[in-house]
Amino acid sequence: MSEILLQIDGKEVAAEEGTTILVAAQSVGVSIPTLCLHEKLEPYGGCRVCSVEVESRGRSSVVAACLYPVEKDLVVTTRTEKLDRIRKSLLEMMLAHAPDSEPLLELAEEYGADKDRFEKEASFCIHCGLCVRYCTEVKKANALGFINRGAKKEISFIPEIASKECWDCKECFELCPTSALQAAFVLIEALTAPPQPTTKSCHSCG
Amino acid sequence: MDSGKIDQIINKHNADAGSLIQILLEIQNENNWLPKEALTRVSETLAVPMSRIRHITTFYKTFSLVPRGRHEVHVCTGTACHVRGAERVLEAVEGVTGVNAGETDPDLNFSVETVGCIGCCALGPVVVVDGEYHGNILPAEITKVLQDKK
Repeated sequence: MSEILLQIDGKEVAAEEGTTILVAAQSVGVSIPTLCLHEKLEPYGGCRVCSVEVESRGRSSVVAACLYPVEKDLVVTTRTEKLDRIRKSLLEMMLAHAPDSEPLLELAEEYGADKDRFEKEASFCIHCGLCVRYCTEVKKANALGFINRGAKKEISFIPEIASKECWDCKECFELCPTSALQAAFVLIEALTAPPQPTTKSCHSCG
Repeated sequence: MDSGKIDQIINKHNADAGSLIQILLEIQNENNWLPKEALTRVSETLAVPMSRIRHITTFYKTFSLVPRGRHEVHVCTGTACHVRGAERVLEAVEGVTGVNAGETDPDLNFSVETVGCIGCCALGPVVVVDGEYHGNILPAEITKVLQDKK
């Protein structure tokens, strides 16, 4: 594979074709914050905290470093006023959902994010998808998935699979950046709550 | 819904996982909603995990995981219809069908839904009953239309 030359924070970097900006930056010691990244999982681009500014052919844009493949002569900046502002807002929104999350609070301190900026809506989920993707990609158990969309999107276990697979695994619990108990809570709920209308057969039509 | 019909729909699409949404739509057309047994059958035959099917079926509003009535009533409450009295039309619809927006009656006769805009604002207020558009409709008129469907 051919080597591609690009610039990250003023440093000349040679990276193999197909690698992402994030990996290229790490290879020269430039650190970019991440929340939804995990070494065993495919990059997801869910949290956007790794947003960086790229300039190619005179155009500048903000992209997710964990997904964006390196390009020839790309000029990447990982820390600008604009990026700090974006990361600060993202963190503030995520903190409204998970005010006590340690990884979030650490980043909040660095970027000056105010955890009380938005009204609290403690769902304890920032939709990073770590638990869902781990269950699908690594364990291949598919016991866990997202349901609904937009503001109502949440994680949900499938009771039939969870009752067989989850008790001996629980590996997703510790991946959670907001609280190790979030997945546990939803799991217990799935296994103990009375069946939802969706899982119940209907009297009038069988 | 009988499993033969489900298999027939799946086979029509060669049990291709890429046709998942199309298959689900056809099952829903046939049955009005997606029962759990149908989803399990699709999941097994197409080798698509249930978590993915649930993700998709809860994402799109078209899919219903609860039983739906034989008659679908959509009341437009978009801006144009709203200012032309959609609120009173909706009240009339709820009155005659006996169900609130977003619900289905126990006899599975009517499902009432409010929608954002259906793109024919000049006809407002608009109610769509089983795919048939009723424009410029008065509460009394929609009551008559729905009485006939009872």
